[in-house]
Amino acid sequence: MSGLLGKKVGMTSIFDADGKAVPCTIIEAGPCVVTQVKTKEKDGYAATQLSFDNKKEKNTSAPMKGHFAKAKTTAKVKTVEFKHFTTEQKLGDVLNTDIFTEGDYIDVIGTSKGKGFQGVVKRHGFSGVGGATHGQHNRLRAPGSMGASSDPSRVFPGMRMAGRMGFDRVKIQNIQIVKILADKNLIVVRGSVPGHKGTYLILEK
Amino acid sequence: MDLVKYVQDTLTPSKTLPNFKAGDTITVSYKIKEGVKERIQLFQGVVLQRKGTGTTKTFTVRKISNGVGVERIFPLLSPQIDKIELNKVGVVRRARIFYLREKSGKAARIKEKKM
Repeated sequence: MSGLLGKKVGMTSIFDADGKAVPCTIIEAGPCVVTQVKTKEKDGYAATQLSFDNKKEKNTSAPMKGHFAKAKTTAKVKTVEFKHFTTEQKLGDVLNTDIFTEGDYIDVIGTSKGKGFQGVVKRHGFSGVGGATHGQHNRLRAPGSMGASSDPSRVFPGMRMAGRMGFDRVKIQNIQIVKILADKNLIVVRGSVPGHKGTYLILEK
Repeated sequence: MDLVKYVQDTLTPSKTLPNFKAGDTITVSYKIKEGVKERIQLFQGVVLQRKGTGTTKTFTVRKISNGVGVERIFPLLSPQIDKIELNKVGVVRRARIFYLREKSGKAARIKEKKM
């Protein structure tokens, strides 16, 4: 496995070889710096830590400044650990889009858009009440029964109800890379990825 | 937005097409693949609207075929579009002439611009 950190740029559509319009998401991926290599002997588990996207020195805490200085790099916004890297990485190595090839299938992890407090119809796909007639007036999107009565005389844990929706960690598996524009560190993938424009993404192969 | 435009410009080749708008009558030559063979289909009608930005622009063409209204949406920069011919320039007061769907026969005529 190998991976990269990226940023969602936006969506567009491009025409494939058959002339069909393909919906695509543009991701600015890398360059990522290896800021720590964890080993089984020292840390108890093996992992590679990547950092991405510059930020101002004055907005960086002193411990983090020291951490980035060890890898001889500038302060970064996003730092993520990757397990099971197949290729050996050294501290301070720079990874960019050439770890992927066009046509590859990758997994993209991001944080989905927050939807706020939502009812059960939108949040859990309940169907609501079938018809608006026959005396219905304000129960069209209600959840209905939450369980039996005096036995058990409680609501079971995990009952699906209204509440905060979205802003979850979402992994989209097997997204195809349509195009790689290495000079601008851009990856164009087929379909959509979670989150708003400018959100940070983890790309895994 | 800048990077989206960069991707669009590098991945979609630009085309020279006639400048048409809603109300114009055009003929679209559209390539259709049948197995290995390719043929060209013509679609002549009135442009209802132009939509979209950058390379994702589309346009809608409406024609009356055997008494039934048929509408087709084409991506403007699609490589399947062989050519677009501007037949008539119409005079309409709006950019999207959906009112045409409710009209038929004589009422569905569009005034032609004198060249």
